[in-house]
Amino acid sequence: MTETLALFAEATVRTATPLALAALGEVVAERAGVINLGIEGALIGGAFGALVVAGGAGPYLGLVGGAAAGMLIALLFAAVAIGGRADQIIAGTAMSLVGLGMTGVLYRSWYGTTGAALNTPTLGPVAIPGLSQLPIVGPALFAQPLPTYVLAVLAIGCWRWMYHTGGGLALRGCGESPTAARVAGIRVRRVQTYAVLFAGALAGLGGATLVLAQAGTFAEGMSAGRGFVAIAIVVLGRWHPLGAVLAALLFGAASALQTVFQALGSDLPYQLFLAFPYLLTLAALAGFAGRSRAPAALGMVVDD
Amino acid sequence: MSAGTTHGPPVHAAPRGPRAMGPLLIGVATLTAVVGCLVLLLLATGHDPATALRALLRGAVGSWYTLTSTTLVRATPLILTGLAVAIAFRAGVLNIGAEGQLLAGAAAATAVAIAWPSGGALPGVLAGAAGGVLWTALPAWLRLRYNVLEVISTLMCNAVAVYVVGWLVRGPLQEPTRIYPQSAVLDLASRLPLLWDGTRLHAGFVLALLLVAAAWWINAHTAAGFRLRAVGLNENAAASTGGIAVARTRLVAFVVSGALAGVAGAVEVQGVTYALYENLSPGYGYTAIAVALLARLDARAVIVAALLFAALQAGGSAMQRDAAVPAVTVKVVEAALILGVITVAAWQQRRTRSHAV
Repeated sequence: MTETLALFAEATVRTATPLALAALGEVVAERAGVINLGIEGALIGGAFGALVVAGGAGPYLGLVGGAAAGMLIALLFAAVAIGGRADQIIAGTAMSLVGLGMTGVLYRSWYGTTGAALNTPTLGPVAIPGLSQLPIVGPALFAQPLPTYVLAVLAIGCWRWMYHTGGGLALRGCGESPTAARVAGIRVRRVQTYAVLFAGALAGLGGATLVLAQAGTFAEGMSAGRGFVAIAIVVLGRWHPLGAVLAALLFGAASALQTVFQALGSDLPYQLFLAFPYLLTLAALAGFAGRSRAPAALGMVVDD
Repeated sequence: MSAGTTHGPPVHAAPRGPRAMGPLLIGVATLTAVVGCLVLLLLATGHDPATALRALLRGAVGSWYTLTSTTLVRATPLILTGLAVAIAFRAGVLNIGAEGQLLAGAAAATAVAIAWPSGGALPGVLAGAAGGVLWTALPAWLRLRYNVLEVISTLMCNAVAVYVVGWLVRGPLQEPTRIYPQSAVLDLASRLPLLWDGTRLHAGFVLALLLVAAAWWINAHTAAGFRLRAVGLNENAAASTGGIAVARTRLVAFVVSGALAGVAGAVEVQGVTYALYENLSPGYGYTAIAVALLARLDARAVIVAALLFAALQAGGSAMQRDAAVPAVTVKVVEAALILGVITVAAWQQRRTRSHAV
């Protein structure tokens, strides 16, 4: 039983890490007033960027490559949605298509069907001495690959920054009332652009995690809707950095149930477990309704 | 169907948009952009543009057979789902769940066609519409009751639909030998008739065109169409000045949208695949968003946009086969097209506003 629980806890954190990274970035973007549905594109872009860089420069630089690729896709989104003042939801949907299409094209023309991508160097777990020996939570929290620790640091950092610094206040001001923020001397569209780029970098890091710490290779469309799930997670986490991490863990746990039931030899259809996290997210969104509020100016086009 | 037509009261000043520029000019500009984008991509990935474009043209419109059996067959679900998205977006309902509604419609149509093989094709199509509506029920209810954004809930429902179909073709709807993950093959009587012998074009194409005509007429000539446009343009004005029930209008648009996407699924099963598969749709419901946006949410333009995307996709497959260019290349072109369209739209809107001041 302990073994199953440890397995469950480890799978929860593993599934949650890329989702939480993408959701954390999206929290920052949405608090600045930008809803970016393009993080699915940044995620797959990051996965591909990680593959390319890690192949030549090792897995740690691969993480950097993933973040850079995610940022590149976010830059395109910022140019259209913030620079061009286009509808954010539609521009985001288009960015997801760009990411999925572009990585597919490049993957096929650079790697073909040779299977060269299978030799990607990967990130092993980094055990923290002592803590990793704890029962159940030890392997889940303290023997994970590097991105999980990066996530923990970033989540706490974002939370402190957002609520305890002038910069964080400015960011939230852009999302609540761009007009007031502008009067206060804040360059709203510049803040939003930085926030979107940050979100792209984190989603790219999430994609890199998928390749370097989980799958060990790249596959077309491997982001599999995680970017869209991350957007739901932001709502569930009530637009709070730590809330987003908790919501990602909830989703991760719902997905990890599959592992447990397989270990227990259940004969329920496995599609039920695959669909369960999405149903749970819907139920949770309904349950949290009325108790959380989106940033007032979310999705609004800002002219300044 | 566009706002500011001569039909119906002037809801707002007609933007100096595509209507003013002339549809022909838009068509030429779009085609130039598509070809230009393709050539750049082909050059960047080291392919010979001339060979690849010839393969694309051959694959899309090279012969009567390829035109009818690949391009028009692919255009059919794109017209239906594109119309579904256009109607929802028009009312301000951001239904991006056409993919899930299509799958639900396909599953419902298959179930009915297998249960009642002698009933003809109609029960399946109607079941498809019902399945699509069923798949909008949860997001619509969540929106009305709990204010959960339909952008998110419809996406979640897309994922659920994929798994439900995966379960159906391995469970209750699996073919009798229980080997393959697919349904039994539909009886001849429940299939949609082919339009011409020797091609694969089926009656679903005509149905799609008729539904577009109906949608256009309702939108341009009836009070329901006016309510739809008014709510999408400005819900506050629609409610206060027009006395329009905003929530009810949105709900109707959402349900109609789901029904159309469901019919797309039914038509695909009853006209093309004749069985339910897991990978029934190569993302028609997502391409539909691009179709609707390129058409600027105009029902008649949906046909043109769907034909363009279908030709691109059919040609893309030929390009992969004959010129070794990855078929996903056309996905990038599609995405670039949407980005171009929305940027131009935002620019035009800004210009209109600054003229009005």
